[in-house]
Amino acid sequence: MNILKYSEKHSAFREKFRAFVKKEILPNAEKWEQDHMVPKQAWKKMGQEGFLCPCVQPEYGGPGLDFLYTVIIIEEMARTRQTGLISYLHSDIIVPYIESFGSEWQKKKYLPGCVSGDIITAVGMTEPGAGSDLASISTIAVEEEGHVIINGSKTFISNGINCDLLIIAVKDPLIENPHKAISLYLVEDKTPGFKKGGKLEKMGMHSQDTAELFFTNCRIPVENLLGEKGVGFVMLMKKLQQERLTCSIMALNKAEYVLEWTIEYCKNTQVSGRPLSSSQSVQFAFAEMATEARMSRLFVENLIADHMEKKDIVIETSMAKYQTSDMANRFANRCLDIIGSYAMDEQCPLVRELRDLKVMPIFAGTNEIMKGIIAKSMKL
Amino acid sequence: MKFIIRFPWHGFCTSVIGETLMHKILNRKKKTSVFTGKPEEENMSFKISKPQKEIQKAARDFAKGEFDKDLAFDMERAQKFPEDVRNKAAGLGFIGIHYPEEYYGAGLGILENVLLAEEFCKKDSSMGIGLMLSGFAAECILRFGTDSLKDRFLSGIASGEMLSGEAFTESVSGYDTGDIKTWAQKKEDAWIINGQKTLVTNGGKAGVYCVLCRTDPGSIGADGISMILAEGNSEGLLSVNPRDKLGMRMVSTSDLVFNNVKVPCSNLVGKQGKGVLQALAFYDEARILLSAMALGTARGAFLRALDYVRQRELFGKKLAGFQVTRHKLADMAMGINIAEHLVYEVAADFDSGRSDSGRIAMAGLSACQAAIDVSSEAIQLLGGYGYMAEYELERFYRDAKSMGIFLGNTGMMKDIIAKNIIEKIK
Repeated sequence: MNILKYSEKHSAFREKFRAFVKKEILPNAEKWEQDHMVPKQAWKKMGQEGFLCPCVQPEYGGPGLDFLYTVIIIEEMARTRQTGLISYLHSDIIVPYIESFGSEWQKKKYLPGCVSGDIITAVGMTEPGAGSDLASISTIAVEEEGHVIINGSKTFISNGINCDLLIIAVKDPLIENPHKAISLYLVEDKTPGFKKGGKLEKMGMHSQDTAELFFTNCRIPVENLLGEKGVGFVMLMKKLQQERLTCSIMALNKAEYVLEWTIEYCKNTQVSGRPLSSSQSVQFAFAEMATEARMSRLFVENLIADHMEKKDIVIETSMAKYQTSDMANRFANRCLDIIGSYAMDEQCPLVRELRDLKVMPIFAGTNEIMKGIIAKSMKL
Repeated sequence: MKFIIRFPWHGFCTSVIGETLMHKILNRKKKTSVFTGKPEEENMSFKISKPQKEIQKAARDFAKGEFDKDLAFDMERAQKFPEDVRNKAAGLGFIGIHYPEEYYGAGLGILENVLLAEEFCKKDSSMGIGLMLSGFAAECILRFGTDSLKDRFLSGIASGEMLSGEAFTESVSGYDTGDIKTWAQKKEDAWIINGQKTLVTNGGKAGVYCVLCRTDPGSIGADGISMILAEGNSEGLLSVNPRDKLGMRMVSTSDLVFNNVKVPCSNLVGKQGKGVLQALAFYDEARILLSAMALGTARGAFLRALDYVRQRELFGKKLAGFQVTRHKLADMAMGINIAEHLVYEVAADFDSGRSDSGRIAMAGLSACQAAIDVSSEAIQLLGGYGYMAEYELERFYRDAKSMGIFLGNTGMMKDIIAKNIIEKIK
């Protein structure tokens, strides 16, 4: 009943990526979690093996594959017990901005490095005073003699420490309408005036180097403008569909992983001489969760197919982002409860999932923002 | 001295009420609850007395002065409790407030202890839990132990000199305490304990453990199991496998290995062969305290979220101005109020000599659920900040989730509630 049709090439790619995960990611996941960092080398290995930016076109050094390859990478990544090597953020959320809106020389300059892993990207939208309400950002950019001077700060930036290239959303202080004042610029690491703050201490996603970024009279060439001036908002809106879809794929697979793991655990764990899975309430809980996950998968797979046909499904992907991230959190909560005392222990793999998943209803547009978008589409 | 009129059908017949009057009250009150099959209490909602309010305020002031946010952050990461805070708390009588005065307690009830737990956890869930579990399982000694055991251990716990813990669970047995392999052999005037326990609260840190051991070698199930005290520094007693936990990290958890641990015969708590019953009674009492800690955690998370939404602005107005935010707050407040009612009620009931496992489980479940839901929603309201350790809510959430599992998960609580309803109605 699966909607997506994977070819033999896709399957071979999945096998190849699984082998890579087994060899290069799983053995290092614990260390990355402890270090609160993924070494740049790991990103490079991903690139060398062809697992970064699968959709970037060959003229910019990419393999030019279809979106199903992205789906495969996200699905397998969901089961790696680490979130620092957040390749879909780089490959499928940030790099597409450059590919879609970048000038020819920007694409030639940056995309090959993004594909090879020599350039790790980040996107700076959120600020201490502006999250869901992007229009209220206060980082400003002023043009001055062929340069752009950026002042302000960004926070909660994933890949904040590792990033070699940042797409930053800034405001032109001279334009009143906030929706027409936002532009996107490319800022390279080590640009004078661009300072990376310390890693932020979070509930989970410990291997992810989330950071604050500071800009003090940071000068970049005007050529670093991404797309046109003042249409930052529009560009961001155009890319939301894929962003939400990739988040949904991740959340869905995390939910499935949580459920699969718990079912296995309950089958193999005896309490008072009976496996945990022999309890009727546990069985019904699994039945309910399996049903919800299955329905969710069919919806998400349908969206993947539509997205590949370039259909406008921005509302549906908002639905999926909200539903899958919410579901994954409910599953983690419920499964920990079913597992019982072992679920208090960091050794239990689901403890990390609970901590990591908690941010999914918050990032990439909070679920409240998603619901607002869905409601707005109904013209109420 | 407090004077509480205790209702006669619970075995606390007060001689001040004449027999005729008593019958009248009895007849009037014989309505039974559809939920519990028990008499409906007329006195369902009660007020906290003035002295109790003073205790509450003292706890609030103490937490405000001593529970430092940065200290809590560091200690929680390191899985340690700041011992000077414990000592100060003990010095002010906050540990073992329900112990008799001769054992360094205040001779007060569980309700007073509940008020402390709530205030402490409201200020800081991790610190509150760490402090309130200092004397975990010492209630076994308090309720069932001899005066000499009380004298030996309760004073030390109340004065902050030692911690206590339970050594009930074994790797195969989970909460089913009847399935116990650890055994104690009586040799002359001593018990020789051998075996292994898991998930011991204050494991490796406690000065005394309440150990469930099989004392009758031929027995099976719950019969033939006794509760014996083993001091933490006993020869042959080893703490292994300290746990790295999701929450409740200021309380240590480890396994204990007993290798010919010799304790005096007088360390038997309560009756020989009644260990499991005593442990179950203790779990009831412990769940009241746990639900109070969860209630405080929920309140603390709620207040932090409330504070944030009143200040944070987006789309040109305060977050607190959005209807969806307001309804979230309404849900959170409702969960807290329901839990509060149940928790205070079971605590007051316990102090009046009425203990009902089913209602206690309801209190525990509703309070833990409130703590989980409220802290989870609070994180969502704070958005990215909610996910950051600096804003404490992620810690409250982890503590809440751990408390929901600590003394039995949802399934177990519902089993207890259902058992009480069904068996009492038939």
